Amino acid sequence: MFSFCTDPSVLAAPAWFACYLTTGKLMLFYASFGTVLLLLAITAPVALAFGFAGAAAARSRVTPLSWLGKIYIAMVRGVPDIVFFLFFVIALDQGLEYLRHKVKCPEWDEPIRQGSDFIVCAAAKLPLSTSPQAWHEVYGFSLAVLTFSIVFGAFAANVLFGAMRAVPRAQLETAEAYGMTHRQTFWRILVPQMWVYALPGLSNLWMVLIKATPLLFLLGVEDIVYWARELGGAKTARFTDYPHADWRVWYFLALLIFYLAFTRVSEIVLDRIMARLTHGQATAAGEAQRKAAA
Amino acid sequence: MKTLILSTAVLALSAGLAMAQTVRMGTEGAYPPYNFINDAGEIDGFERELGDELCARAELTCEWVTNEWDSIIPNLVSGNYDTIIAGMSINDERDEVIDFTQDYIPPATSSYVALSEDADLSGVIAAQTSTLQSQYISESDATLLEYATADEIIVALKNGEADAVFFDTDYLMPIVEESGGELMFLGETVTLGRGTGMGIRESDGELKDKFDAAITSMKDDGTLNTMLIKWFGEGTDTY
Repeated sequence: MFSFCTDPSVLAAPAWFACYLTTGKLMLFYASFGTVLLLLAITAPVALAFGFAGAAAARSRVTPLSWLGKIYIAMVRGVPDIVFFLFFVIALDQGLEYLRHKVKCPEWDEPIRQGSDFIVCAAAKLPLSTSPQAWHEVYGFSLAVLTFSIVFGAFAANVLFGAMRAVPRAQLETAEAYGMTHRQTFWRILVPQMWVYALPGLSNLWMVLIKATPLLFLLGVEDIVYWARELGGAKTARFTDYPHADWRVWYFLALLIFYLAFTRVSEIVLDRIMARLTHGQATAAGEAQRKAAA
Repeated sequence: MKTLILSTAVLALSAGLAMAQTVRMGTEGAYPPYNFINDAGEIDGFERELGDELCARAELTCEWVTNEWDSIIPNLVSGNYDTIIAGMSINDERDEVIDFTQDYIPPATSSYVALSEDADLSGVIAAQTSTLQSQYISESDATLLEYATADEIIVALKNGEADAVFFDTDYLMPIVEESGGELMFLGETVTLGRGTGMGIRESDGELKDKFDAAITSMKDDGTLNTMLIKWFGEGTDTY
């Protein structure tokens, strides 16, 4: 990157580090922080939507719908994340390819499963093997977002389900006494009031989600932990201009600081949201807030 | 005239589509000098150079991807990429699941490396998981200590967690040379496996034939030997 970087072996430490920290490889490491943040930014709202749908389904008066919601919550919460990640992604990928195969190549007569191979016609591949690497990465990333959302959505569903039941019954009765329909009571009375009960549980989930991002590598997305391990390993002078001993401890220390800083910022933001949501609520904290203001 | 240009363009485009078969090459990227990520963040090494040359000879468009060693075969089988070119030795166990091209590196020797002359070679020996070497140690009297990457076995040796490491000589050579006498080769070298080849799905016979032909042509005109010497040094086995 800098003009003096042509022969790093003769540089003094500060210049050496300036060169080392700006190599293309380190840039990939920095970019992977963006990948993780992007994953969180997309996954959090999608998981919340899954959770909301799951919770609303679970408390529905339509029995099959309620079963569906409850099965979703129980099943996904009951399976270890890592198992779900490995199984679900492969199953989803092959399922999609199977459907595309049926649509696009009806004249294909060979079996799809040949021993351990999973063979679909070239036109059914997802993404097509001719598409550039970027698309493969986008596809892998989307699968990751979907998987994270389903897993964390199930936990969020349980939290929201509990929060919906925590809203004082008197509030709902009053709404009914005013002649509101079931739907109106749900949207106007229940949903606005439930967040204050849901937030502690949701903030826990957010923290766990931040810390679960290294699972990305299981899905072939190169995340910060992958790069820290790759970059930190000892390098000999034959294959790099920047040989160094085993630096994994420093790289992992950087990750530790990143995660701690990120969760700390999250805590501050969540505390603010909590204070806002508490405002005017029929809870002990809401009452305390009212007294402090008075 | 307009239609003529248009139809020529369509023809050229469709011909282009038919010719451009993209082959995705799967490698580990953590195994110098076979394959590694260079300072620019690109896949580099003997297999990168070899693979690009093979693709050129077979008239294929190749795209490189990295995958963790542990799941490199399952991901080939499920179609995430089309070949494994990652210093993988041909052996019967793997041959049951996938097919191999002919070898492009002669059967490799494996060596013990230790911190001192009197290290106990039947004590704790570190090796990389699911390699020929780890299998060899598990069948010997020594206690096997497995790690996911080759890098970690060297760390384990230096930390004293293992009495010695048992691994591919070509990988260990530069590390021993640059250790300044801290590390040393010990005991006999052992020849394992049937050479290194490219892994290809069993159902992909056509692709296998193309690469086989390309490897044969590189063996015949001596370019493969030149490449082997360039990356593995003068003393390496050639064809």
